[in-house]
Amino acid sequence: MTDSINVNYDTQIPNNVGLSSDKRVLKALEKWHPGYINWWNDLIPQKFQQSMIYLRTAVSVDPKGWAKFDYVKMPEYRWGILLAPQVEDRRIPCGEHYGEPAWQEVPGEYRSLMRRLIVIQGDTEPASVEQQRYLGLTAPSAYDMRNLFQVNVEEGRHLWAMVYLLQKYFGRDGREEANDLLRRSSGSEEAPRMLGAFNEETPDWLSFFMFTYFTDRDGKMQLEALAQSGFDPLSRSCRFMLTEEAHHMFVGETGVGRTIQRTCEAMNAAGITDPFDTDKIRDLGVIDLPLIQKKLNLHYTLSLDLFGQEVSTNAANAYNAGIKGRYMEHKIDDDHQLTNDTYKVWDLVDGKMVHHEVPALTAINMRLRDDYIGDAAGGVGRWNKIIKKLGVEFEMSQPHEAFNRKIGVFANKLFSPAGELLSGAEYDAGVPGWLPTHEDGDFIQSLMKPCFGPGSYAGWIAPPKVGINNQPGDFEYVKLYEA
Amino acid sequence: MGKPLKQHLIDPEICIRCYTCENTCTLEAIEHDDENVVVDSSKCNFCMDCIPVCPTGSIDEWRIVAEPYSLGAQFGWDELPEQEEIAAEVDEAETGLEAIDEAMTALLAEAHKGAGGKARAPASASRPTVNMYTPGRPAEATVQGNYRLTDKAGDHDVRHIILNLGKLPFPVLEGQSVGVIPPGTRADGNSHLPRLYSVSSPRDGERPNFNNLSLTVKREKRGVCSNYVCDLKPGEKVKLTGPFGSTFLLPEDPQARLLMVCTGTGSAPFRAFTMRRQRSTGANQGGMTMFFGARSPENLPYFGPLGKLPPELLRTHMVFSRIPGAPKEYVQDRIMVERDAVAELLADPATHIYICGLRGMEEGVEMAFTNISEGIGTQWLALRDTMREEGRYHVETY
Repeated sequence: MTDSINVNYDTQIPNNVGLSSDKRVLKALEKWHPGYINWWNDLIPQKFQQSMIYLRTAVSVDPKGWAKFDYVKMPEYRWGILLAPQVEDRRIPCGEHYGEPAWQEVPGEYRSLMRRLIVIQGDTEPASVEQQRYLGLTAPSAYDMRNLFQVNVEEGRHLWAMVYLLQKYFGRDGREEANDLLRRSSGSEEAPRMLGAFNEETPDWLSFFMFTYFTDRDGKMQLEALAQSGFDPLSRSCRFMLTEEAHHMFVGETGVGRTIQRTCEAMNAAGITDPFDTDKIRDLGVIDLPLIQKKLNLHYTLSLDLFGQEVSTNAANAYNAGIKGRYMEHKIDDDHQLTNDTYKVWDLVDGKMVHHEVPALTAINMRLRDDYIGDAAGGVGRWNKIIKKLGVEFEMSQPHEAFNRKIGVFANKLFSPAGELLSGAEYDAGVPGWLPTHEDGDFIQSLMKPCFGPGSYAGWIAPPKVGINNQPGDFEYVKLYEA
Repeated sequence: MGKPLKQHLIDPEICIRCYTCENTCTLEAIEHDDENVVVDSSKCNFCMDCIPVCPTGSIDEWRIVAEPYSLGAQFGWDELPEQEEIAAEVDEAETGLEAIDEAMTALLAEAHKGAGGKARAPASASRPTVNMYTPGRPAEATVQGNYRLTDKAGDHDVRHIILNLGKLPFPVLEGQSVGVIPPGTRADGNSHLPRLYSVSSPRDGERPNFNNLSLTVKREKRGVCSNYVCDLKPGEKVKLTGPFGSTFLLPEDPQARLLMVCTGTGSAPFRAFTMRRQRSTGANQGGMTMFFGARSPENLPYFGPLGKLPPELLRTHMVFSRIPGAPKEYVQDRIMVERDAVAELLADPATHIYICGLRGMEEGVEMAFTNISEGIGTQWLALRDTMREEGRYHVETY
């Protein structure tokens, strides 16, 4: 076993990047560390900071070692800097430098572009922890609370991963950017997070599950694209982050799935067959399927905005420079330079939606978004299988990409979820059925009552089919600190 | 019909299609279509690399099948098929089946994963019987005795439980486990699953030719089953499943040399090994060396009886990590102290290594073996893989 696989605990910051022999970076990170710990400590309620949570920590980056489960207090979690093993003779997978050896240092000409991409990625990581800071108080079970905190500590680790790259490769600028990542704050008036979706509140657990399913999936796609980077340390960083990101996808998909399952079960028990009989269904203390669809519409469309403009020269530049690839670049069979290729993107011509071909290089964002839509559809299909299995007549669906958009060609245009252009009056009449209303929010909020006992679950959500690390149903995932 | 075999499968109802397993598998045994992620039984070598990386637990599924499910069949699944009834006479030693019961198979696969690959039984091991009794059809045993093994002053309550099977056939080999089903139900209303315990008596019984067996059980705080077992009183009835396990077995060859490393109740199978050798081979045998770790003598099960065994049979190194005033010592530290003797054992093809106890000890013990192997110009991982392939390297940790 080599050093680059196992995590070194010699320094305050666990790592597999040889920090103990890199004094400059070690010093910079040690200087940054107290600010991070303060940020964490101020964020999550103290009661949870003192509790013992059953979390996984990576002790090495090979499959045997990256998921060690044990109880830990969150402030004592070993946030480390973990890069996937270096691939020998790795080549730049795309763009004008295609086939050249991957860079181990940042090429001067791409410095600012690369720094910006890393900062944007880094900014989302702490933002989601900020958005979810109070959710522990209303957790529907200790199992869900544990999953929330696992997501949170790993988002914290992802921040570390990006900060390491900034400190190691971007000198003084990088140091300032690293500090700014702790200065900005989700929802703040004076220093908000960089992307819109990360300044929205996560007010309840269904929002959290939708967020981890749809919005973290954007994160996953961005990481997939950055994992293709010609800048090898960025690629290795993102590859390891992706193994952790899979857990976040899991929390989202099963969280929504368990909510749907519980609703259908409660409807069956009460003999309700009409999924739109929402008052009666809500009286059962479960979330009606049409409301779950509205939450889906909201989070899905917010997440689509994260992919930016359909046609983008910035994205073209990043691809051409070999800084950011396409999803599964290595499995795509083409020249990886897109010299003569075109790609279909949406446009609006005289109020009509049309697809037209543009140079593929400029449509990198659109392509990633299309891959995202396909990836996200899988889980929606599996939710429908749950509904079907329980005999309820209802189908969840992803709304048309034109619906409820703030960025891109459809921005601020009035489309229905089916993709029809509407008048203002039509839209106003329809929107309470398409997006959650304040009343819907109040109802969901009324269900958010903590349920912390081992093996017990709030009435609006079904227990999971399998425990974390195969633990039995009554396993104590959180040993709650009682002051 | 071919020989039954164990097939690795993925539960399509739980899998979220993140493809992390597929990206991890170096053999490309895992693939997906638009619907499902599936395992190619002709490629999977049970290396277990995909198990810890799965965020959902859907990957930890096993079926004993006469014919493996094809990729096409798996792509079409909406849910995992039930375990089919397989003819009872499964030749475990040849198929390498540890159990037929899927939950037990998964537990044993997890316990054995520290060996770094598919476990194999020693070449000269007896043929084990597995899965005679199941949760649906358990064996009923009567408690014959329940004795505390650790000193009252020790902080651990470890017990020696003797169970009498009466007239029921219950053929169990040294190193095998049995399942104990605690009474009552779980929060979801279903019965508790059996918990696995290594048998600490030899095949002919705790007392020779009595149809009884013994277990070594440590009381765990909040442990549903361990508290139940530790509180059993003579005369009470216990439901058992099993036996389970077809690889962590004693070689019958009396010249085989055993190197055993354990902590706490991990000593159970080694007590069985030792008693078997004591009863069957006498002085003419290859010898056994044991490194046995505990916090203190008060916490070491079988501390008294162990000291009375002749060193030609068993050389015991008792290692304590919490002796007031003394530096902490762990099994791997003592292995390093004994490096010359251990090096000689590692170099001998008659040596069989067994590691049993808490998972935390694996890393340190492997590190010690790595260092000692280097000293004799051998690469540990290669040696380990060879030994495991030859049925000479066994890990059972939890």
